Amino acid sequence: MMQMQAKLDTIPAALSVAPASIVKMQAEKLSVYYGAFRAIAEVTLPIHDRHITAIIGPSGCGKSTLLRAFNRMHDLIPNARVEGKLTLDGEPLYGPGIDVVDVRRRIGMVFQRPNPFPKSIYDNLAYGPRLYGVNKKATLDDLVEKSLRGAALWDEVRDKLHQSALALSGGQQQRLCIARALTVEPEVVLMDEPCSALDPVATIKIEDLMRELRNNYTIVIVTHNMQQAARVSDYTAMMMMRPDRAGEMIEFDLTRTIFTNPQDKRTEDYVTGRFG
Amino acid sequence: MPRTSFDISISQLKVNLLDYGARVERVIGESMESLKTRDRALAEAIIQNDALLNETRYELEDQCYTLLATQSPMAHDLRDIISILMVAIELERIADHAKNIAEITIYMGNEPLLKPLIDLPRMAELCQLMLTRALDSFAKQDADEAKAVAAMDDEIDNLYKQVFRELMSYIVEDPRTVTRAMNLLFAGHNLERIGDCITNIAERVVYAVTGRLEELNVQRQI
Repeated sequence: MMQMQAKLDTIPAALSVAPASIVKMQAEKLSVYYGAFRAIAEVTLPIHDRHITAIIGPSGCGKSTLLRAFNRMHDLIPNARVEGKLTLDGEPLYGPGIDVVDVRRRIGMVFQRPNPFPKSIYDNLAYGPRLYGVNKKATLDDLVEKSLRGAALWDEVRDKLHQSALALSGGQQQRLCIARALTVEPEVVLMDEPCSALDPVATIKIEDLMRELRNNYTIVIVTHNMQQAARVSDYTAMMMMRPDRAGEMIEFDLTRTIFTNPQDKRTEDYVTGRFG
Repeated sequence: MPRTSFDISISQLKVNLLDYGARVERVIGESMESLKTRDRALAEAIIQNDALLNETRYELEDQCYTLLATQSPMAHDLRDIISILMVAIELERIADHAKNIAEITIYMGNEPLLKPLIDLPRMAELCQLMLTRALDSFAKQDADEAKAVAAMDDEIDNLYKQVFRELMSYIVEDPRTVTRAMNLLFAGHNLERIGDCITNIAERVVYAVTGRLEELNVQRQI
């Protein structure tokens, strides 16, 4: 009896503890400025290795800005600057002597609207490896097939690799973009609203794909679709806009906790659809 | 920003649940009354009425499923709806236990009671009080009150032990009383189970309010 009691007592504790995993990326007091305007303020967030982390929050709260900071996309925007610390495997991503191109190879990105190049399916996928100096046909063939298989698209396009990528459906195009991100063998894949331009069936396919990819890649997804965050992610970060319009992170926890028992009233209001 | 129609749906569901709870609370008292006064007509009516109580449970269940399927409730809303679902199931079970007592009344026919009933009606009253307070704690979203309600189950268990010992002594003294003693013991057992069901309801209230699933009154050996 006593033993059973002890066992029962340990269950809630066990459930509330995060499964052991390695922190792949870590943001510490990360702020992003566009000129004088601070778009996100002091975000501290761990990204767990080979897990899916969803970033949710109302429009304008800085979700995409945060995601773009993760692979230094802001370097391309004049006046944008980043403060604070961001690491990948413990090594800083911002700082003198860091190769930005290598950062973006290790941390790939998939965008809201599928954006295949106006080239063949094959050339879309060979584009990245060629940039990195891979030119041998056999190697490229292998990479193309591996990436398409990885993105669950191989069976649908194996017979039309040399047709235009623009002839594919929206869902296929988005999976092609995911495949393209995989060709350079990234460690982290950032996804900014990857399903917002897709129909429900294509959305479910992408979500299934994300769960597959999770075995080999660390995934961070920004989504407006709370059900999507609830369905696919392991961890969820909730962001809000402060009165000075800077985005801040107000709660980070296991996804199941965020959607069943969030601690912050604002998260509760947002996930129950009473805010935003 | 309120979600007006969804909020109204949840409030209505809660009202429906509380109505159901009040009907179940009444049937506990009626079943004991039928046993005490040997009122077979009342017992028959309780058994007939049980089908209606079962139907209400399915209606409540269906309303919960509809909200789950169409509204994608999260956080507190999710916990509320899940709790309503579980409480409705417990209430139906309580009504079944009350029906069992009514069946004992019918089964006993005209055979005289083994002894005047004192502890059994006391158990039934406690069950009624416990249930009323448990439903109240749900309406008020009061987890502390729910825990206090669960603690009342000890008193019901103690009364049951007392009934058990007393009836055993009758049987030991005169084995011919065994059937009559067992009938009363079954009635007591059903009341003891009702106490456990109400403890489960209290646990659901705690979950709805706090998000914590915890066992409130760990079963002791009888």
